[in-house]
Amino acid sequence: MPQAFTPKVVTANALLEGDVVYQTSDDRWTRHLSQAEVITDEANANLRLLMAEGQPDEVVGVYLADVTPGPDGPEPTHFREEFRRTGPSNYAHGKQAEPADV
Amino acid sequence: MYNYSEFDAAFVAERNRQFRQQVERRISGALTEDEFKPLRLMNGLYLQLHAYMLRVAIPYGTLDSAKMRQLAYIAERWDKGYGHFTTRQNIQYNWPKLRDVPDMLEALAQVEMHAIQTSGNTIRNVTADHFAGAAADEIADPRPVAELIRQWSTDHPEFQFLPRKFKIAVTGSPNDRAVIKAHDIGLQIVDRDGQQGYRVIVGGGLGRTPMIGKILAEFITQDDLLPYLDSVVSVWNQIGRRDNKYKSRIKITVHEHGIDDIRQRVEARFALVRPSFGGIDVALFDQIKAAFAPPAFRSASTDDYQTAYSADPVFRAWCDTNLADHRAPGYAIVQISLKAHGATPGDATADQMRVLADLAEFYGHDELRISHEQNVILPHVHKSDLPAVHGILKKHGLATANIGLISDIIACPGMDYCALATARSIPIAQQIATRFDELKLEHEIGDLKIKISGCINACGHHHVGHIGILGLDRAGVENYQVTLGGDHTQDAALGQRTGPGFSADEIIPAIERIVYTYLENRHEASEPFLQTFRRIGMAPFKAALYDKVNAYAAQ
Repeated sequence: MPQAFTPKVVTANALLEGDVVYQTSDDRWTRHLSQAEVITDEANANLRLLMAEGQPDEVVGVYLADVTPGPDGPEPTHFREEFRRTGPSNYAHGKQAEPADV
Repeated sequence: MYNYSEFDAAFVAERNRQFRQQVERRISGALTEDEFKPLRLMNGLYLQLHAYMLRVAIPYGTLDSAKMRQLAYIAERWDKGYGHFTTRQNIQYNWPKLRDVPDMLEALAQVEMHAIQTSGNTIRNVTADHFAGAAADEIADPRPVAELIRQWSTDHPEFQFLPRKFKIAVTGSPNDRAVIKAHDIGLQIVDRDGQQGYRVIVGGGLGRTPMIGKILAEFITQDDLLPYLDSVVSVWNQIGRRDNKYKSRIKITVHEHGIDDIRQRVEARFALVRPSFGGIDVALFDQIKAAFAPPAFRSASTDDYQTAYSADPVFRAWCDTNLADHRAPGYAIVQISLKAHGATPGDATADQMRVLADLAEFYGHDELRISHEQNVILPHVHKSDLPAVHGILKKHGLATANIGLISDIIACPGMDYCALATARSIPIAQQIATRFDELKLEHEIGDLKIKISGCINACGHHHVGHIGILGLDRAGVENYQVTLGGDHTQDAALGQRTGPGFSADEIIPAIERIVYTYLENRHEASEPFLQTFRRIGMAPFKAALYDKVNAYAAQ
């Protein structure tokens, strides 16, 4: 039996900076997971992924990442995605060092 | 120190010019990522978890003060003010921006450095004993031959699309500090009846299928060395598997064909290629060797050193732990720990790099080495200068007296940075070091090498750690497998798994139980961990790791 589809976001790295980015519902790329579009339908997920893959001048390494919808937007379900949205644990570098409203 | 010839400088400049254009074409959209990726990898540029990463080669781990200062400048100008020294004597910058990388490469070229062949299916940076040119037990300095191999393998037309990456390490001493038995080819300089030659070891490697290298040839003369190496790589290039990347390294080829079959093939190939090496390589080797002539060691009194050693217990502890025997009277090899308790193994700030450069220039005949153990070496320091050197190191957080001890941990970047990782390594290393520093036990424990990898690819050499730790993803949770009894030296051995892994919360207490089991079971304080493990075997450690846990759980 096929597995039930779980909520996803489209994520990638920005071509110029390498930063982790997420696709928004209005077709922008955001640095903040909380602003990402949560996709709950498999067919739509594939479409959104295709759309993201069609932007090689902006992003690299596009894929779908599992999330859980929460009151403050999507939350990662896997620790790898938690590190991607936060930054490394040995220094306050990466996203954790950036202002939240950028 | 070898200096670039006009040819070297022109080659690197041309590669940098090409790469600058490739970056521009990628940004303009003229190149797709699929087209660009192999080009950036050939120039050491990866895309990691949070950012790009630039891996810069430090050939055979040797630097001078100018190179170190430029590494510091690059860290500050284009990165976040630090660099990470790796187990293959490279330095990695974790935060470069794509547009800046061509400028970084140009800055490297100004001091005769580059990032070529630090990735991709090519012959990688040739590594060597970090005591090269200084060790008391050395038969010959391994760096001239490492440089010869670097020149032969760089942009070698036959070896740009190998089945997989290929790593070569060289030692000039019988005591192996270059982990030559865990390399695709390991070379050991040996002496036979007054003639120097090379023992050739092939098919070692760690990763998902760890293997200890096997002896392919007991003695290859200097004249035959390059054609022989050429033959080994050529044979593997032809018969190495390209159908499955997990079976493509030469260790699998040697394992599947057998060492005798490989030897026959290499000898057949050698007979063909030997005549094409007309002696230019031997003449070149002589030139290179001259560039590595030892510095003019001075004769001076060591009274100041003796006085400080007697009077200052902190200095004495540092000397006892961090110095190694030098071949020249009155000199010492200084090992500078990049493992301050709680720090990230192998990281140095730009300020620290400048301090190291200054020390090398003023006290160390302008020489530095990077060890595969992620520390920095001042290979030539006169003992009378040691109190001054130690005083300066102390001021900059570089005087930790822990070389070879439990907190001198090798750790790969793990999932804090690496896109391939399955778990984090750095926080585990930080916590172990901090914990044993709190316990004030590490000098009591003595020689104990912990090596941590954040995935099965084993960049942290966990298979050959006395205690090896492998971070895995078990059903979405970080889990750490432990191996015991590994050995990275001339007596190389792979560690044995203790049993089920431990969660991130459980791994530090588990390491503590292993250490206490050792302390309880050793014959005497001079019996090191590895010797005790070999004598008593796995059972007491297993009992300490698992039986007590079960007993607590049952209560």
